[in-house]
Amino acid sequence: MVMTTMVQERTPDEIAADERIARPRPSDTAARAVWDVAATVCDPELPVLTIEDLGVLREASVVAGVAHVSITPTYSGCPAIASMATDVRTALVAAGYPDAVVKTVLAPAWTSDWMSVEGRRKLKEFGIAPPVARVGVCPIRAAITVPCPQCGSRNTRQQSRFGAAPCRALYVCQDCHEPFDYFKVH
Amino acid sequence: MNTPPVSTRTTGGDTALTPEKITVTADKPADAVARYALRLGDDALILAQRLGAWIARAPELEEDVALANIALDQIGHARSFLSYAALAWDKTEDDLAYFRSEREFTSLHLFEQPNGDFARTITRQLVASHYQYELYRRLTGSADPTLAAIAAKAVKEVDYHRDHSVQWVLRLGIGTDESHRRMVAGLAVTWPYVDELFRDDPLIDELEGIAVRPSELRDDFDRIVGGVLNDAELDVPAGFTALGGGRDGVHSEYLGPILAEMQVLAREHPGANW
Repeated sequence: MVMTTMVQERTPDEIAADERIARPRPSDTAARAVWDVAATVCDPELPVLTIEDLGVLREASVVAGVAHVSITPTYSGCPAIASMATDVRTALVAAGYPDAVVKTVLAPAWTSDWMSVEGRRKLKEFGIAPPVARVGVCPIRAAITVPCPQCGSRNTRQQSRFGAAPCRALYVCQDCHEPFDYFKVH
Repeated sequence: MNTPPVSTRTTGGDTALTPEKITVTADKPADAVARYALRLGDDALILAQRLGAWIARAPELEEDVALANIALDQIGHARSFLSYAALAWDKTEDDLAYFRSEREFTSLHLFEQPNGDFARTITRQLVASHYQYELYRRLTGSADPTLAAIAAKAVKEVDYHRDHSVQWVLRLGIGTDESHRRMVAGLAVTWPYVDELFRDDPLIDELEGIAVRPSELRDDFDRIVGGVLNDAELDVPAGFTALGGGRDGVHSEYLGPILAEMQVLAREHPGANW
């Protein structure tokens, strides 16, 4: 079922405000340097996306000469968070922060709204449909059309709400007949 | 069984989440808060173990993936709750998951019920997902910031589990005579364990403002689940109520084998890591 009237389009101001929440890059020079090192780490399951693109990188600071970085899991059980934490630490050690501390935080809860515009573009190029607009409050669960990342057709169908990773659903394009992954709105 | 006592046990490895890695506050929870977190963690852990047994056995490939994903979410919630509880007692999540005995597990009886056929698993999922959704939705307002943060993540995920179970209840309830018959049978064996979900006890009284009062969930649960069953042309079963006792560590014959399977590797190879 397609209910385009229910889609909430975000205004440029809302996108800018969301961006400050999604990517709180520090203004302090030392902290910013730590952020930029951590921001080079990619999601092991989605190697085209950095943790900064995903909105998983939450905080960077330097306290008494020690680098501190906070990251947040996308889904509670996602095993990728452990390897991302290790990768951030490895990157920081290589960049000259031998005592770097990486912490996992749960609040505020991650949302797919935090994925960057650049991240959405890279995801689509990688063959995974990026999250579409959020559906407003409505009494029934409406399925929003997900365009096929291969041929662009909107004639697609959800095969399963659950996919190869917690963040993804399985879709099939009914025009080019290719199956594809969709990064769920969450 | 030659089991090392919990107090001498250390779990190794960088992959185990330590409490300071997961919590949003550096404060140790009070003992009562930890015991409450342990309850919720145990529910999720035992359900995850049950659901995981469906992998490669579900009716279709998509269901293998769906039930595995739901189990993974439950594992995630269990890890968060157990890590937080462990902080109060200078232990780790692994100490609590692998080195407690059956009498020390505080999960409710619903979660240890056997998978049975797919219909029985779906009835258990219908009850479990709606119970957890109503619980976590309210727990986001807890005065304890860590519990509120865990719940804020969990409620979004359990919402998917609700949808999954509802879609299947509708399909099976109004599907064929055979699928309807199996749903009726599944509901009959699941329903005696519903009542225990909504019982208050002294720990809840002690944690006013921090814990969610189970009895307060009942009206919303009955209304929503009753509506789903009605749409699926199924009746809410009437009949006996199981005694329960899970919160006091009193379990049915089903929990022991689950723990044996879950704990054997960690106990046979202390410190094992992979």
